[in-house]
This record gives sequence, structure tokens and C-alpha cells, in this order.
Amino acid sequence: MPQPLLKVEHLKKTFPVESSGWFKKNEVKAVHDVSFDIYEGETFGIVGESGCGKSTTGRTLLRLTEPSGGKVIYQDQDIFSLKEKNFRPIREDLQMIFQDPLASLDPKKRIGYSLEEPFIIQKKGTKKERKEMVLKMLERVGFSEEHYHRFPHEFSGGQRQRIGIARALVLNPKFIVCDEPVSALDVSIQSQILNLLKELQQDFGLSYLFIGHDLSVVRYIANRIGVMYLGEMVEQAPTEELFENPLHPYTKSLLSAVPVPNPKVKRERIVLKGEVPSPLDMPKGCVFHTRCPLAMDICKEIKPPTYKVKENHRVQCHLYEHSEVSEADGA
Amino acid sequence: MKSEAEVKTNYRVKKQKSIARIFSNHMLLTGLVIIVIMAIISVLAPFIAPYDPYAIDPLNRLKPPSVEHFFGTDDFGRDLFSRVIYGTRISFFIGAVVAILAGVIGLIVGLISAYYSILDHILMRIVDGIYAFPSILLALAIVAVRGPDVVNVLIALVIVYIPSIARVVRSAALVVKEQTFVEALNAQGASKWRVLVIHTIPNLLSPLIIQVTFVFAVAIITEAALSFLGAGIPAPSPSLGNILFDGKNVIYHSWWMTVFPGSFIILLVLGLNLAGDGLRDLLDPKIVNAKRKKSRLIKTGKKVGRHGQQ
Repeated sequence: MPQPLLKVEHLKKTFPVESSGWFKKNEVKAVHDVSFDIYEGETFGIVGESGCGKSTTGRTLLRLTEPSGGKVIYQDQDIFSLKEKNFRPIREDLQMIFQDPLASLDPKKRIGYSLEEPFIIQKKGTKKERKEMVLKMLERVGFSEEHYHRFPHEFSGGQRQRIGIARALVLNPKFIVCDEPVSALDVSIQSQILNLLKELQQDFGLSYLFIGHDLSVVRYIANRIGVMYLGEMVEQAPTEELFENPLHPYTKSLLSAVPVPNPKVKRERIVLKGEVPSPLDMPKGCVFHTRCPLAMDICKEIKPPTYKVKENHRVQCHLYEHSEVSEADGA
Repeated sequence: MKSEAEVKTNYRVKKQKSIARIFSNHMLLTGLVIIVIMAIISVLAPFIAPYDPYAIDPLNRLKPPSVEHFFGTDDFGRDLFSRVIYGTRISFFIGAVVAILAGVIGLIVGLISAYYSILDHILMRIVDGIYAFPSILLALAIVAVRGPDVVNVLIALVIVYIPSIARVVRSAALVVKEQTFVEALNAQGASKWRVLVIHTIPNLLSPLIIQVTFVFAVAIITEAALSFLGAGIPAPSPSLGNILFDGKNVIYHSWWMTVFPGSFIILLVLGLNLAGDGLRDLLDPKIVNAKRKKSRLIKTGKKVGRHGQQ
């Protein structure tokens, strides 16, 4: 088995919440003990409903918010333990594409400058070299030199997202967090951006962490998928395995909501009851037991460990207690 | 691939466009012309004024406008035209210094409170405190304590107008701070200074400049009001305000004593406000394009969205 490019272990992120009392401190557990690996050249997708901590996972990985716990191993070192000063050169390898392409570009700066800035920050190349690289990258994502001096508001949504991609790529990174890069775009533009991402992955040997809520989009682009619910990763498996053989009751209900093009196909819809519990007040035991159609007594008391049902297929559910406990969880 | 030179010419075309944008903006142009004329008058006052503004001529008291005295003479027989010119000089100087100092200090205070939440609470309470007083009353109190002279008037006006700028800067900075592009910069490893100086401040510039031109105009009015109340520029130095004050006593038979300094104040403030509004349009790269497109499309009878080119 190849060595993972990025190893995420027990990632935690909590946000303090102002409570009514003066001395009582509440916190929201946005991401709670999430572990996964990302291999070179693969796309790892994260799906889940809004507020389940997908984006926070991505942002915390890159230390855009300070993590509350856990480790991320990159090139044999824990990037969470580095000082910001020592982490800065590594940021070059780890980049991000954002959901809102307009807001992710400085409205007062011309595109050329926005793309050149990563070089300036990392103190790379002469002015001429930088410009050459920027023009090359612009060309790669389908622009010409006349766009170099334009402002972000002069572009359409899909064009802006291509600029966002170009900016993430200029420094030749190894790993990119794509935080719902297509959910703000028209359906017709979505496929264009997804194909561009795929092409670039081939050309540059990139690894993606692809965050999304649209299952068909994530299925199209991801090699492996992790399903998140209320800050926890309840199941992870290779894409086809997950779609053909979902194990966790939450994944099953999620997949049953995907429309099937053939109207004659009869399928069972699993509709969940109730609301997602507030992350301020997490349920005891399994996070999903309040809505799980198959909940047992044990689920209300004991949090299930991560079971390794197959090679690569992990699930956090008591239904699979005969399987081996995953080493990632035992560690 | 085009050559470097072609890319450069392309850039020049863009630059020329922004000059063209200044000329197509009539409000800004009118305002700037008024301000520039006033500035020239202020700077060249010793050369423009035909008489010494302090020279008393008891025989020619309160003479109406004539060829010798364009604006007539005041109750000491001093040439009103010369006094108004010098008064404009002092008023313009005070307005400009107050606008610049209050602008710089307000920018710093606003940025500090946007980025440090503990200092924010302290600074904003002080700002609220200053804000709670009517500005003229507070300026009057400061001048009353320190005594009327030009420096004290300046200090009083700067203190009075810092809060309005600090608040505008703070609220704009809080918006910019949460923008995704700041996060993108952090992901690239940008230093705090880079984010602040190269990205945050340019994005604050349009509200800041509008507020500064507003303070410029209001400072001139407040100074005039202070002088009118006897707490501003002390006599015999002319300021537009204390000329008005002198004119008040003779307003029924010597209209020129109030009309001329009064119109100069109006003109100055009008010019500043026009320039402020015009600058706001100019600094927002989206506005002028949309306007021009709108007028063009209205002519052809089409509706237009916010971004006509899409």
C-alpha cells in the first residue's frame, strides 16, 4: 500500500459560544475526532448535510482556523505543531479553492496581481518570471493575456472560479482543498469546472480533498468518499463500494435520496425522522441514534468505534461489531 | 503568445480609461474645479488680495461694493475682498488639516478596534462618549478650556471628528476581514501586514475618502460657527466665520458683509461634497461602467442587469 500524502488523525475543532451566563462557557463541537488519509493523485470526497463540519474540516486542515486537537502528518511532520513562521513555506504545497469565487478575489486588484501574489508572498522568481508563470497558468485555465489586467467583477461566475483555480495552482501545490467549488455555479458550468479539475489533477499530479453536498458531483470526481454527520465521519469507502454497498444507516438514507433517472425503478426511500441535533448538545452514545431507524439500546449509551468491514471500508456503527476495529481508531 | 510590449500597451489603454472616467464624472469634475480654485485662492492670497486685510481706514467704513473695493468695506474700513480671500485661506487650511489628521487618526483607531476585540470595547466606548456631545458644543468646550487660537481650534475639531471616521473605518474593516479573499491570502501564507496594507486598506478607501471629504466640509462649517460664536479664530485675523460675525450687527444696511463670506462658505462646502460623491463613484470600479451601460441601453430601449457584460 502506498504511503499517504496527508494523514489526518483525530482532528478536532470546537468553537466557543457566548452563553447567557457570564462564567459558563459553551462550545460547539464542529468537527469531532475525524481521521482519514489522502493518497497521492487521488480525490477524497467529503459529503454530508449543511452544518456537519465538512468545510470546517477542510479549513482546519490548512490551519485557516486553529485546530483544537489532532494531528495532520505531511512529509513526516505534524503540521499542527509547527509555528506559523515554519509552516508558511509548506503552505505552498497545500492550497484551497473556495465556494464563492467572487468573494475569494480582492475586488480592488487586477487578476494579474491576484495571481502573482502567491509568488510575492513566497518570495519566488523575478518580476518577469512571475508574470510569465501567471500568463502560462491563465492560458492553462482558458484565458488569454487580455484578461491579465481585468478586475474580478468583469468576469462571470464560471470564469472567476477558473481564476480561483489558477490562483491555487500557480505555486504548483501537491494538495488542494476544494470547498464546494461548483455549488455556486450553474449546472452547465459545473461540469466544465469539474472536468478542468480532473484534467489538472492528471497534469500536475494533484491530490484533492473535495467537499460537497451534491452526491452526483462528488461521485463523479472522487475516488473515495467519507460521509460526515454532526462532526463525525461515520463511513468511508471507495466511491463505487460506497454507492453499491452502503453500510451506515445514515449513508443508506442519504443515498436513497439520490434521484434515479428511470421512473420504473422501484426503490425504497429511507426518510429520516426529526432534526439534526444541535452540535451544542451532542447526543450521548452514537451521534446518529436519535434519528437512526435501526437504533439499538447500546447506541444510546456507547459511542461505536470505527469498524473496518473491508479493506478501505470503515464504518462507525454498532451494527458491524463483528468486524475488526480499525487501527486508526485504536491508535 | 503576445510580446511583452503588447501587454504593456494593453495596460496603458486601461490606465487611460481611468482618466477618461474622471472626465466623464461631472459631479467630481465640478467639485474638483471649485476646490482647486479655492486652493489657488488660499495659496496665492497675498498676491490676489489688493489691500492689506488688517489695514484700517476709518473714513471708508461700510462702503458698498465698488471698483476700488470689490466686496465693499467692513465696519473698520478694511477691504472686505482681501479679508474674504484671507479668510478662505484660513478656513481652507483648517478644513484640510482637520480632514487629514482626523482621517489618519480615525483610520488607525478604526483598524485597531476592528482587529483587537479588547481594545475595540474601550475605544468604541470613548468614541461613543465623544459622539454623544453635539460637535459644536464639544469643540466650544475644548476651545473654552484651552483658549481661542488656531492650534486649539484645530485640536478641538480633530477630536470632534475622529469618531465619525473611526466608526466608518471599523465597520468597513469588519466586513473586509470576513471576506473569503482574506482567507485565500491566509492560505497562501500572507503576513498580517500584507493583508492589512495591500488588501484591507484599499478596500476601505472609498468609504474613508467620502467620510474625509465630509469632515473637510463640516470642519469648515464648524470653524465658521465657532468663529461666529467668538470661540474660533480670534480677531483681527480674518476667517469666514468671524467676518460673518462682524456682519451680523450691520446686516440690515450692509448686506455685503454677510453675503460674500457666506457664499464663499457655501461654494467651498458644495465643492467638497460634490467631489466626495464623485470620488465614491470613481473608486468603485463597478459603478461608472454600469451607469454608462445603462444610459446606452436605455437609449436602445433595453433593460440592464448589474453586470451588463454577462
